[in-house]
Amino acid sequence: MADVLAVDRLTVALPPGSDRDHAVEDVSLKVGAGEIVCVVGESGSGKSVTAFTVMGLLPREVKPVGGSILLEGEELLSATPRRMRELRGARMAMIFQEPMTALNPVKTIGDQIEETLTVHTNMSSAERRARALETVEAVHLPDPQRILNAYPHQLSGGQRQRAMIAGALVLDPALLIADEPTTALDVTTQAQILKLVAELRARRGTGVLFITHDFGVVAEIAHRVVVMQKGRVVEQGPADDVLNRPQHSYTQMLIGAVPSLTPPARAPLDASPVVLQTKNLCKTYASGGLFQKKHVTRAAQNVTIDVRRGETVGIVGESGSGKSTVARCVARLIDPTSGEIAIDGVDYAKASERVLRPQRKRMQIVFQDPYRSLNPRRTVARSLIEAPVNFGMGEQAALSRARDLLALVGLSPSALDRYPHQFSGGQRQRICIARALMVEPEVLIADEAVSALDVSVQAQVLKLLDDVRARFHLALLFITHDLRVAAQICDRIVVMQKGTVVEQGATAEIFAAPQHPYTKALFAAAPGKHIGSKVTA
Amino acid sequence: MLSYIARRLVQTVPVMLIVAVFVFLMLRIGPNDPASILAGDNANAEQVAAIRQNLGLDRPLLSQLFVWLGAILTGDFGESFFFKKQVSALILDRLEPTFMLALCTIVLAVVVAVPLGVIAAMRRGSLIDRLVMGFSVMGFSVPVFVIGYALIYVFAIKLNWLPVQGYSRLADGLPAFLRSIALPSMTLAIIYVALLARMTRTSVLEVLGEDYIRTAYSRGLTPLQVLVRHALPNAAVPIVTVIGLGVALLIGGVVVTESVFAIPGLGRLTVDAVLARDFPTIQAIILLFSFVYVMVNLVIDIAYTFFDPRIRY
Repeated sequence: MADVLAVDRLTVALPPGSDRDHAVEDVSLKVGAGEIVCVVGESGSGKSVTAFTVMGLLPREVKPVGGSILLEGEELLSATPRRMRELRGARMAMIFQEPMTALNPVKTIGDQIEETLTVHTNMSSAERRARALETVEAVHLPDPQRILNAYPHQLSGGQRQRAMIAGALVLDPALLIADEPTTALDVTTQAQILKLVAELRARRGTGVLFITHDFGVVAEIAHRVVVMQKGRVVEQGPADDVLNRPQHSYTQMLIGAVPSLTPPARAPLDASPVVLQTKNLCKTYASGGLFQKKHVTRAAQNVTIDVRRGETVGIVGESGSGKSTVARCVARLIDPTSGEIAIDGVDYAKASERVLRPQRKRMQIVFQDPYRSLNPRRTVARSLIEAPVNFGMGEQAALSRARDLLALVGLSPSALDRYPHQFSGGQRQRICIARALMVEPEVLIADEAVSALDVSVQAQVLKLLDDVRARFHLALLFITHDLRVAAQICDRIVVMQKGTVVEQGATAEIFAAPQHPYTKALFAAAPGKHIGSKVTA
Repeated sequence: MLSYIARRLVQTVPVMLIVAVFVFLMLRIGPNDPASILAGDNANAEQVAAIRQNLGLDRPLLSQLFVWLGAILTGDFGESFFFKKQVSALILDRLEPTFMLALCTIVLAVVVAVPLGVIAAMRRGSLIDRLVMGFSVMGFSVPVFVIGYALIYVFAIKLNWLPVQGYSRLADGLPAFLRSIALPSMTLAIIYVALLARMTRTSVLEVLGEDYIRTAYSRGLTPLQVLVRHALPNAAVPIVTVIGLGVALLIGGVVVTESVFAIPGLGRLTVDAVLARDFPTIQAIILLFSFVYVMVNLVIDIAYTFFDPRIRY
């Protein structure tokens, strides 16, 4: 197999003053024709920098300082900008994580695909159109003619990513670089895109350099795997070897941290009293009015769930399923349209803000993005004591409680005087959990609370959530799109689709024998089913 | 789209009505007596009263208001107290200089500011960037009349290239017109160049950081192609918004500039009418300015749909 790409001892320097000298150090890897090579690593591992160096798209301040990159035998590091432009789009192409933002919103899909042809060939406009149409058909987009004339916002996430792929492959490049192309997609869409990449590779013999953090994806498509940590390659080899017989301790740790799809046995909680209960909870959004046709979106419809003391109930579903809407209604961050929400039998679904205020103490929420859910201008101490002081606790008492809770979530009391930017993502999420616990809530809502974290950190935070649930006998409402995470932490699972609950029951039972077709489809789409381990057991 | 435009046009009616009533009442609530100004310093009380009766100012406020509103509906804006002419004729006569001044100012500002802003964004942190930004702070800070007199001093008095004051109508030949409009529109344009260049720079910088710019580079486009095909179309909406706001701000600037350059336009007419407490003229001008403002906003909103396919009404 001829090498399409050969990276040899590549080193890329970071600008002075960064937290380390090199983004990438001494990296060597190869991609053969028709081969899919997955580069895996956590954030900061240098996997994306490697990809961007190959494309020659690094930010100005970041420079390759050593090694070589051969594309079909041609050295790229010494190529002129002009030659790099000739190669980009023609011999090597790239697709990105966010198909929404990676496409120009004010140009049609057709224009964007044809642009590559305009730049690199002398085709007439009719030839370009015909080629674009052909490519759009090749990525299995429905109604290709309509897609060519559509703007990105008129397509779904999966369709956009297909259009991106079409644009990348229109000139049949030898190398396709895919930078986390399925991370922003729902699991069923992800499965389709992975299938498409594998199919196109087989049909066209394209070499694929696939960047991902997800071992499930790796297990699904990789021929060979390159594991990176802090800018260095720690292990590489055939997918089967790396996944099943990892040699390096970091690889072993990473694979060990992937939650298994097989739920652990959990003690039944039937005797425990129900704390949180929703009955026929509905949330609809209406737009339009006097002049326009009324358009009603049903974000949640007749959602009835209950959570017992000490129990974790997971709401799983894809984007648009209404799982976050339910979470926000329960926290009364948004007002439900109808239905009941009760803690200990006290319905507060329609309660006025004055009646609601004392109730807010009893339910606290942890959000997805720990980088944005802490006020950057406040010290950790001020963020933590704000809620209890509002509810009448003395400042000293609150500070002492904050100290205890920080210790509980695994941070030293010195964290109190520091600002959020001085912490890593995982540490920030610990702070958010401590903040939620400050007012001694009975119900804790975790809205995708581990989704933004690296897999090793995710495992730790999951364990922490499970520990605090047990220690404080919390009713934990856990919102997630990730079946693996749900399998590991939830006692019961509620599956939502398009605003309605399609199935709910004990985690072990649902995972063993899903009943609803949607649940089955969701499980079938989960990549790399056999890998992963138990987090909480 | 058509129904949207129709709806917006219908919405202008209550807006204009509120403006009309507001202006009418403001003028009459204040200590303004057009009759005593018209009568002059030597007139006695009977003469002033006669003039007041003649103008209809002795009638009850509400009856004055309804007579005026009724006349407007038939297209009659009344007769000027001071100029003794139909207000509509008066305004029509003064329309051209002001319209041309506004037009030249906006065109000049856009033609200068947008490229400056784009260059500053492309060469962020360079000398050009800092010069453009420095100039724009200055453009904001210096009052219009100071700029006006400074330009007159340099270009008209010292260099003797352009006329000091006055306005030459388009009908009297293009060269004379351009010579007469050059200094006033430069004066007025400076603040817009400052505003627009800054906005363009910010807007382009923001767009250049977007993911689709990276995608465009990954297709093998040159920096110029990326700028023209991808960055500018996306940066257009905020820039167009500022241009629209600029037209509104222009109304104030026109009054000062026309006074500095002795241009017989609506700005001058406004000043004269206010000094003479010429109620019908003031009311009509303010109604006209409000109407123009509402229409400019409508045009801007429609222009958005041209630049951004996601905006649909």
